[in-house]
Amino acid sequence: MDGAIAYVPALLTLAWLLPLASFVAVVFLGPKMGKEGIVGGYVATGAIAGSAVASWVALVLWVSSTTLPIIEHHVADHAPSAADEAAAPAAEESGRVKPLVGRWYSLSPPGLPALGLGYYIDSLTVLMFAMVTLCATCIHVYSLGYMHEELHDVVDHEVQLSGKSSHGGHGHDELGHEAQGHDAGGHGHDAVHGNHLRRPGRFARFFQFLSLFSFSMLGLVIAGDMLMVFVFWELVGICSYFLIGFYRERKSASNAANKAFIVNRIGDFGFLIGLTALWGSLGTLTLGDVKDADGALRRGIFSQVRAPEDGHKLLVPMGMIMADVPDKEREKLASVYGDHAWLDSEEARATSTMAQVRAEAEQWRTDPEKKTLGYWLLVVAGIGVFCGCVGKSAQFPLHVWLPDAMEGPTPVSALVHSATMVAAGVYLVGRFFPVFTPEVLLVIAITGCITLFLAATIAITATDIKRVLAYSTVSQLGYMMLALGMGGWAAGMFHLITHAFFKSLLFLCSGSVIHACHTNDMTKMGGLLKKMPITAYTMLVGCLAIAGAGIPLVIGFSGYYSKDAILAQGMNFAHENGVYSFLLYAAAVGAAITAFYMFRLWYLTFVGPPRVKEIHEHAHESPPVIWWPLVVLAFFAVTAGWFEFIPRLLEQARPLGTAGGAGEGVWWAVKHPAESGAYSFHAAATMAAFGTALAGFLLATVLYGWRMLSAEDVRRQFAPIYRLLWNKWWFDELYDALFVRPVHVVSRLASGIDKRAIDGAIDRTAEGVKRAAFFDDQIIDRLFVDGLVNLTAQWLYSIAAWLRVVQTGKVRQYVLFIVVGTVALFVLISIWAGSGK
Amino acid sequence: MNILAQPVGVSHFMAVGAVLFVCGAVCMATKRNALGVLMGIELVLNGANVNFVAFGSRYLRDLPERALDLDGQLIALFVIVLAAAEAAVALAIALNYYNNHATIDVDRADELKG
Repeated sequence: MDGAIAYVPALLTLAWLLPLASFVAVVFLGPKMGKEGIVGGYVATGAIAGSAVASWVALVLWVSSTTLPIIEHHVADHAPSAADEAAAPAAEESGRVKPLVGRWYSLSPPGLPALGLGYYIDSLTVLMFAMVTLCATCIHVYSLGYMHEELHDVVDHEVQLSGKSSHGGHGHDELGHEAQGHDAGGHGHDAVHGNHLRRPGRFARFFQFLSLFSFSMLGLVIAGDMLMVFVFWELVGICSYFLIGFYRERKSASNAANKAFIVNRIGDFGFLIGLTALWGSLGTLTLGDVKDADGALRRGIFSQVRAPEDGHKLLVPMGMIMADVPDKEREKLASVYGDHAWLDSEEARATSTMAQVRAEAEQWRTDPEKKTLGYWLLVVAGIGVFCGCVGKSAQFPLHVWLPDAMEGPTPVSALVHSATMVAAGVYLVGRFFPVFTPEVLLVIAITGCITLFLAATIAITATDIKRVLAYSTVSQLGYMMLALGMGGWAAGMFHLITHAFFKSLLFLCSGSVIHACHTNDMTKMGGLLKKMPITAYTMLVGCLAIAGAGIPLVIGFSGYYSKDAILAQGMNFAHENGVYSFLLYAAAVGAAITAFYMFRLWYLTFVGPPRVKEIHEHAHESPPVIWWPLVVLAFFAVTAGWFEFIPRLLEQARPLGTAGGAGEGVWWAVKHPAESGAYSFHAAATMAAFGTALAGFLLATVLYGWRMLSAEDVRRQFAPIYRLLWNKWWFDELYDALFVRPVHVVSRLASGIDKRAIDGAIDRTAEGVKRAAFFDDQIIDRLFVDGLVNLTAQWLYSIAAWLRVVQTGKVRQYVLFIVVGTVALFVLISIWAGSGK
Repeated sequence: MNILAQPVGVSHFMAVGAVLFVCGAVCMATKRNALGVLMGIELVLNGANVNFVAFGSRYLRDLPERALDLDGQLIALFVIVLAAAEAAVALAIALNYYNNHATIDVDRADELKG
């Protein structure tokens, strides 16, 4: 039993590194691989398929060597007795499987703050690997067909070489974005084709980025160290930048790539602050407990924040108390606790002085006057890490980048929006769940709530098929954050997994439609059901799954289960915190809106009369390489929720100490109930979810399916709201006015100062130096120095010219000179000597 | 004071040396033949040698303790050795010069003049 599970880290590492190998191979050999790099695509697809196999083998090994816990459907009595509280930790220990923690490489010597490359593998990691690699494999295979036009020279009809680049069918997308310089024709081999850009295909390059993307995402999931998480976090960000800007000659694409990157940087700034807070106070960024090189067990973040000896309760760790105590007290503490309090090693904890300190610290924690000591650090760390997730998972207020990311090729949208980029944020919130205090969780819940509502409403009016899906993604991510924020850890993670399947399915279906119609605009589609039945029915499956369709309390699509879990936890939470019940209502209304816009999309695309005849006539079913992945994903979109397999598997990874709920807030009155208590609301939640989804579905059917009401009339009736939603609540305009324009003003000012004051001063200084140099050159150098040197030379020359007469070449004359000279010398000396007497 | 009336002393030797020296110098200054010049050099050197030997002798000095003793004779020996070496080199030069110019007229050897 233990034997099989020991292979899991190696398998996952293999799965993680295979895409890297493919990336390296394609980078160096890509263009040489077959005609136009076609083999590069096969290499990348093979690599990700290999890692999918490895991940699924790991999943099977994991499931077969651990026992799946039975979720206890006990109905909580909402007045937890002492017996319940005592029983809770025991119950959670039984279902949990100890995570596999290890370290490949340590960056710091033993005894110093811990930093390194390691892994942290629990059932969540294994599940994420299985999901990410499966989705990515489908997307790779799909891309082999979808990107075929990159195999030869491409004429990009969206790039007008003379004048501004066009925005294709979505001219309203780029409102309020300052155009950023992008040299469309700056590549030597690009040539003018008519009025459009003609460039070589980039088939291999596309797959090279897909490989790097998969590698980064898998690395992020397997990482056992927050620094490693951050590194892969940024790698995911840069990959999304490359892929969103894949059609880099299009101004809209390069703008969208910049936007995604810059908006993510804002979130990452918070992430860094959070990491710094953890690093500075806890002295480690490692998640689990790992052994140092000297064999000492070092406590990771999780067991410092939720120490085993405190029953895994979330208490301010010693490091944070030490960081926050007044100086005088710190000295006292340090005298017994040692200088390196933050090292927090096992041995240090075992000593008797440690017991003293712990007792003292206990007072600090429990003393109502001082109990917030260091608590703010915990909140800062939580909020900081969540900031990164806000950027990556496109939560309000940083949600603006994700819809623009639709500028990338459709497979990229599918990858970014399902398995990788946005999943990273939710995954990290899930992974970091034990460190979040109730206050942070409340912030997460409210952010998720706002996001899900905003995005869902915007999706109602969007007409770009990918944009509807993008806002739907933002909205579903809001759901996950809401679930996590309300303490529904398993619910949020469950929804993350199911969402990945049906959202990548929906995106790939929309890609298939775009492939057939060559437009993104739903108002130009319609009646495609007969033309492309496979795409239509798989997309219907996706729509049903995301809407949470099912026969209540019997069976349903995957979304049915995960959305129910979220709503049930919402009811559970609202029951405890009546003030925050708006979170539940927003989630319920969001569910209705989700069903509405998804079926609006489906009806507009596949049923009704064709709106543009040429497009309808040219449309055709996509080739098998495109529709097979759809079928595979549709299968998972249907079945992912069955038999409670995923929730039960997730239960093994539930963070220690969170089974009994996240506890009560210190600053604000908020209490996170145990997730197991949500079962008592299960029936109500199912009915609510079913009712709201049905309402949305019926409304969409009335408006777009049967067309009993004219959508045009409704739009006119609600013109102000329509304008608000059509303009996406004016967020882009708001940010433009709040941030972009002030930055432009400031930068223009700065450039003015630069050009006039600084450049002027430098120019004038340069002019002065030039004059001084001229004076120096003409007067000092040429007249004096050169003159002196020349004069000496001339003088020497004339002396030499005079002396050379003496050298006649006649030996006898020389002898004469010698003799005469000697005699003259003697005569002179004797005269001088004689006169001296 | 007539030098010839004096007993033989250093001054007489010096007079002989001076005569030899002047003869040599005149020979060097007047001979166009390289061998003649060489002979003049030998005369000059030996003129000097006579002086050294004379200064070395205790019997020629009024104050014998101021004589150079063996030093004078040694220097003379050195000069003889030097002269022999010099003669060998000079004769070689002369021979080569003759081979190249078919003459040993020193006045014709003015290729290095300024």
